[in-house]
Amino acid sequence: MNSLILSTISRLLVGLMLLFSLYLLWRGHNEPGGGFIGGLVAAAGIIVYGLAEGPALMRSLIRVDPRTLVLIGLLLAMVSGILPLLQNNAFLTGMWVFIGATETDKGLALGTPLLFDIGVYLVVVGGVSGMVIAMEEEL
Amino acid sequence: MNGLLICCVLLPMITAVISFIWPGSARARGMVSVTGSILLLLVSSVQLYYVAVHGPISNQMGGWQAPMGITLIADMLSALLLVVAAIVATCISVYSVSDISDERVEGGYYTFLNMLTAGVAGAFLTGDLFNLYVWFEVMLISSFALLVLGGNKVQLDGAVKYVAINLISTVLLLTAIGLLYGLTGTLNMADLSQQVPLVENQSLVAVVAVLFLIAFGIKAAVFPLYFWLPASYHTLPISVSALFAALMTKIGIYALMRTFTLVFPGEHAAISNTLLIMGLLTMILGVFGAMTHSDIRRILAFHVIGSIGFMLLGLGLGSPLAMGAAIFYMVHGILIKALLFMIAGIVGKLGGTYELSELGGLYKERPGFSIIFLLAALALIGIPPLSGFWAKLLIINASLSQESYIVIAFVLIASLLTFIPLIRIWSEAFWKARPETPKAHVKTASEPDAYAWTPVLALSALMLLFGFLPSTVINLSDTAANSLLEPSAYLSAVLPGDEVAATENAQ
Repeated sequence: MNSLILSTISRLLVGLMLLFSLYLLWRGHNEPGGGFIGGLVAAAGIIVYGLAEGPALMRSLIRVDPRTLVLIGLLLAMVSGILPLLQNNAFLTGMWVFIGATETDKGLALGTPLLFDIGVYLVVVGGVSGMVIAMEEEL
Repeated sequence: MNGLLICCVLLPMITAVISFIWPGSARARGMVSVTGSILLLLVSSVQLYYVAVHGPISNQMGGWQAPMGITLIADMLSALLLVVAAIVATCISVYSVSDISDERVEGGYYTFLNMLTAGVAGAFLTGDLFNLYVWFEVMLISSFALLVLGGNKVQLDGAVKYVAINLISTVLLLTAIGLLYGLTGTLNMADLSQQVPLVENQSLVAVVAVLFLIAFGIKAAVFPLYFWLPASYHTLPISVSALFAALMTKIGIYALMRTFTLVFPGEHAAISNTLLIMGLLTMILGVFGAMTHSDIRRILAFHVIGSIGFMLLGLGLGSPLAMGAAIFYMVHGILIKALLFMIAGIVGKLGGTYELSELGGLYKERPGFSIIFLLAALALIGIPPLSGFWAKLLIINASLSQESYIVIAFVLIASLLTFIPLIRIWSEAFWKARPETPKAHVKTASEPDAYAWTPVLALSALMLLFGFLPSTVINLSDTAANSLLEPSAYLSAVLPGDEVAATENAQ
């Protein structure tokens, strides 16, 4: 598709949507959002870009094979489950570190649920954009 | 023993990832998959041993106690079936190395194969209905991918039917789960077995039970919902058909057994006659369908349906004897279907086609291979002392003890009729001379390599052993049946002991 308007807007949109998707991913542990929604928003951004610029540029935007992205995501999610096993807890038990925690404030809480969410995010981004790329290339 | 259960699910998933990012050739990736499945076989065998000695083991995911968290549980039935599934997965992985084109491997064949195995393992081990649905989805998505991978037009045609019917069954399943959650507020199967009898609106429970019956019935290819299976199985590469034929429908039967003994024991008694009639018709129509076809793969696909009927009979009869027989039949059915499809693959390679009229002369060229086919076919029909004989004997024995003579008559007729299509394969493909002028669509014959022969030989040796020494498996399946019908050990493995006792007192 050769539309000047679409291709200009899509370049603005894609960055915004990717940023927003990261925001959704980050707040997802306690508020609406999370890896799945974030991944869908990111994939939507990539797809908007792909509709304007074609599947080849879409591939170069992701840089790696989307299927590899899916598998890395799956691996991350599995690792987040296996880590607590090593401490003799049940699979997928949450493990947390609190950076800069004080008496009243928990500080920056990082944990395996976030790792799991990042895994889900990558699976969704890779899966959805991979499917769309495959379909665009067929056309 | 803490990580044993989750290992069975994680191993195939990890194998799926590694087999995709492994840098080597298609064969090397196949070897990764083979290694993964052998590890799964080892772990699941340890688990079976542990369950046989110590009773059901359970794990709460994320440390959240049941009924809040997701439970993984291995009782005798799940542990036994998981070992059988791991045997099939190993055989298919090896067979795939000879059968699957490099292009398909590049597309992620081994990844989807192992994800499917992970789905099967998860479905067997989960103790939560919604989680069961999720594992069904994992299986379905992988099977969709396997169906269309490297797809030609015929393959896509079969895939569309498969996808459409399975989506319908998935929606029904989800609806049923939603209704059940609305009624009881829990989806943990052990918890459900205590909550369902307390529900006021028992007629709605019956509706939900029937919805489950339809949803799992479609997946199991039960009469009258079986038409999608023969339409899609014959279009696939033979390793994929073997995997589907061996495992996919049996998961439906497993889910039926689990839900109707644990969650809906009351409804189970009420619809046992319906189950019996469905089983009888599935059995007879499967065999009739097999008689009308002349493509080996289609004949075998209809036999898959026929054998589902036998298992449903066991569930319909409902006694410990009958359930034990059904579980034994399941073990036999899974292994023998995988073996027969792999043999069909070799026939197809040697003859260049699967069409019976174009094949011939295999007995003259390959007497040894012909004997293997004959043994597998006789085992399926149920000639003593092969495994199918024990399976059918157990079912007949169970129906005798309940004086269901009609069932016995049908089982005998169906077994007799099973004879006809298989002997037709024998006489056409192996016995008669090869036609002089082959038709245009017959490919040139090629020699199957060692990767095709090894699993066939190994599995036939196992089946022979199984036939001559059935007592171990009979004991295991009887134990499994008893623990299905008397789920107290299952319940106390999932729920803390005091809670079970408290609810029992309340009733």
